[in-house]
Amino acid sequence: MAELSVFELSAKGRLGFRFPNSDVPEYPLPDSLLREELPLPEISEIDVVRHFTRLSQKNYAIDLGFYPLGSCTMKYNPKINEVTARLAGFSLTHPLQPIDTVQGNLYLLYKLQEYLMEISGFSGITLQPAAGAQGELVGALIIRKYHLDNGNKHRTKMLIPDSAHGTNPATSAMAGFDVIPLPSDKRGNVDVKALKELCDDQLAGLMLTNPNTLGLFDENILSVIEIVHEAGGLVYGDGANLNALLGITRPGDLGFDIMHFNLHKTFSTPHGGGGPGSGPVAVADYLIDYLPDPIVTVVDKGDEENPPLYGFLRPAKTIGRLKSYHGHFGVLVRAYTYIRMLGAAGLKDTALKAVLNANYLCSKLKGTYTLPYDRTCMHEFVLEGVWKDIPDIHALDIAKRLIDYNFHPPTNYFPLIVHEALMIEPTESESLETLDQFVEAMLKIAEEARTKPELLHEAPHNTPVRRCDELKAARDLVFCCWPTSAD
Amino acid sequence: MYTPHTQHDVEVMLKEIGAERIEDLFREIPSEYRFPKLNLPDPLTELEALRELEEIASANGTSSEMISFLGAGAYDHYVPAAVDMLLRRGEFYTAYTPYQPEVSQGTLQAIFEYQSLISGLTGMDVSNASHYDGATSAAEAVILAYHSFRGKRNKFLLSKAINPQYRDVIRTYTQGYENIKFVGDEPQTNLEQDLENLISKIDQDTALVMVQYPDFFGRVCDFKDLVDVAHKHGALVAVAVNPIALGLFIPPGDFGADIVIGEGQPLGLPLSYGGPYLGIFATKKELVRKIAGRLVGETTDVEGNLAYVLTLTAREQHIRREKATSNICSNQGLMALASTIYLSLLGKHGFAQLSNLCYQKAHYAADQISKLDGFELVYPNKAFFNEFLIRCPKPVSMINLALEEHFIVGGYDVSKDYMELKNCMLIALTEKISKEDIDSLCEVLEEVTNG
Repeated sequence: MAELSVFELSAKGRLGFRFPNSDVPEYPLPDSLLREELPLPEISEIDVVRHFTRLSQKNYAIDLGFYPLGSCTMKYNPKINEVTARLAGFSLTHPLQPIDTVQGNLYLLYKLQEYLMEISGFSGITLQPAAGAQGELVGALIIRKYHLDNGNKHRTKMLIPDSAHGTNPATSAMAGFDVIPLPSDKRGNVDVKALKELCDDQLAGLMLTNPNTLGLFDENILSVIEIVHEAGGLVYGDGANLNALLGITRPGDLGFDIMHFNLHKTFSTPHGGGGPGSGPVAVADYLIDYLPDPIVTVVDKGDEENPPLYGFLRPAKTIGRLKSYHGHFGVLVRAYTYIRMLGAAGLKDTALKAVLNANYLCSKLKGTYTLPYDRTCMHEFVLEGVWKDIPDIHALDIAKRLIDYNFHPPTNYFPLIVHEALMIEPTESESLETLDQFVEAMLKIAEEARTKPELLHEAPHNTPVRRCDELKAARDLVFCCWPTSAD
Repeated sequence: MYTPHTQHDVEVMLKEIGAERIEDLFREIPSEYRFPKLNLPDPLTELEALRELEEIASANGTSSEMISFLGAGAYDHYVPAAVDMLLRRGEFYTAYTPYQPEVSQGTLQAIFEYQSLISGLTGMDVSNASHYDGATSAAEAVILAYHSFRGKRNKFLLSKAINPQYRDVIRTYTQGYENIKFVGDEPQTNLEQDLENLISKIDQDTALVMVQYPDFFGRVCDFKDLVDVAHKHGALVAVAVNPIALGLFIPPGDFGADIVIGEGQPLGLPLSYGGPYLGIFATKKELVRKIAGRLVGETTDVEGNLAYVLTLTAREQHIRREKATSNICSNQGLMALASTIYLSLLGKHGFAQLSNLCYQKAHYAADQISKLDGFELVYPNKAFFNEFLIRCPKPVSMINLALEEHFIVGGYDVSKDYMELKNCMLIALTEKISKEDIDSLCEVLEEVTNG
């Protein structure tokens, strides 16, 4: 059933909300600057509530079921986080308030900085980036400025593995680097021989996701980092897959120079249907001065009678400001709550169970689906969604058929180095029963692919809409509830 | 916490995998760095965590305990109860980006409605699904203009009356672009002649002129001449807006803006100490293929039913990699949803009423404060919306400290960003502030400055 738009639900003269009448004398409006028409709908409150409630029911969500979306870490979003982020003491504070009136906020930010540095093994951090992609931009700009400050303007080569997420090359290009693809070897690691050949005095750095997008921990990680460092480059860690490493190893200890976190993956903050995310960036000690402006610090240590005073600091060689104010504060409160609930043991348990779940699923499925890199995986693994003997079944068909079994599809067609990839990340949140149900569906689908392939081609069957015509959308370009006037 | 595994489950799973202990799955990690001891405080139960967070939050002074006149880009508007109640639906906030349209029509239709509402409000043809905030939208506008001229036009004119943080972020984003030159917001630019100054600098090398509406000081200017001159020289014009002002004032699309950007926070989002907010980004249809970020388009499914999908994805990083229009990989999905609900609920009448209330209260406050000894409006002859600049007889920091003792958060001290505006305070009003609040501010200001 199609849901009418808010404009179709509108009736002239209907009110949804009223403000109190003005209590000040009336001042004239500047006539020449006023608009004539305000094209907003007129709907009652109950119809607004029903409209958006009905829309919500057309979504799949973690709260409804299993969401094995590789590289996205769709773990449970604890409800207490939603309560703490909405406490009036947080939600009603203005970002430009004098620091003595927001010591609670600043304390929380300072502590979260400390916790994230402890978890990752770095010496400095910014909580400002709005999302992972913006965190990457921070990292890339720090690398750029570091080389410039050291008289190495010619270092413009950024190495990016062929398995990397698309944001890595896009970010590097935005920061002014030349993107050089780096091949993977047969075991899914960085190809060390190719790396050595690409490392020269033009090298700016390497952007590396580890575990990588195949869900594999690079077996040569220490030598990869050493090779880049010896060539004068910096190693950027894309923390998309940090969930596998909580309490297991610290990227800073391994020698990474910079890393971003995805709080909306690893630290349980909700994805919100596409945002907001949060992408703090941690750095090694010699890069602290390059962090974005401002960072939270202790401006006065205090004494026996007075608590420390928290405030802001502009790092000496800062790359500048990345967004307004202090980052996605509401998201940071959720991440803080999560870390406090779990503690060190809980975080480690998270990684242990995430990796256990992934290996269990992998073991159950690899006989039926091709596993191109057959190794112990970390938090996720990548299968091929195609069989040689039934060439007209594709990863997309399997993904869509899973919807009929009430599962969200895995990430498909990524990473690019696996043919018809199905990238599966169960996260630690799922029980053995859920995993077994998923296995059962996947095995059933493999059987249907041979016996009733139309079930896959035509899937999904019972969703609010069926497969959509994406070409038509890109051709017609309708972005509004009303037609855009012709040229 | 939050892991459902029983000991029995773990045993079953390890047997399937062929491992003895879960720890054995981590042998590829260099042993010297494996299983570090993390120095973190002990875990809490939910009850304890709530207590701790409540205690931290209580160390702040909030707008429920203090009367606040702070704006400067973020505003303390009332958020109707229905907005947050709907945002709390797990089907919305625990969903991922709507890449699978069959199971994401709720998010997709809501964004489509968001795009429609923003297009209508700004008078533009197309809105994207949002950027991170107003400042990053501004940076994306500069990058769009740069690519629109294939890097051949290098001059970017920035009004000095654009939010200083926006201008900072623009410069941060573009430091890797060697040929970009920013002109217009130099320290010596006279803020009274900002507009004339910009117009005089437009030439054939100009890619973009960016202005703010109302500007950082609350002034509402007529940009028609500026747009005309810019277009005569083939340059694009970007206008940064406070969306609430568009309940009253001519939308930028009507005076010819090519790009409208803005901070969407006033549209139903709590202040939340600066985020998450919402970056508005709308353009003329000619620019649609150059917009960064997500776009939802209308289509049909195989049965001919109306459906919504993410479209024109060929611009985006996951397809184009280093040739993408931007590295952005998310939108402020939940914030855009909040604004969609907010605008739908307030509707035509509520929104116009809101806009008018902010205008009226600001004018009353400006009137009253400028009558006080030693206080004067910095721009007495300019139209303004919800915010105005007042010159005080003492440094703003000193006045604000005194106001705090009376549970008042004073206005923004603009001398931090503009050296020439010594002792100038930017005062913002919303519908939450009563006449009584304004009168007490005046009383305290008088006391503070005479004392």
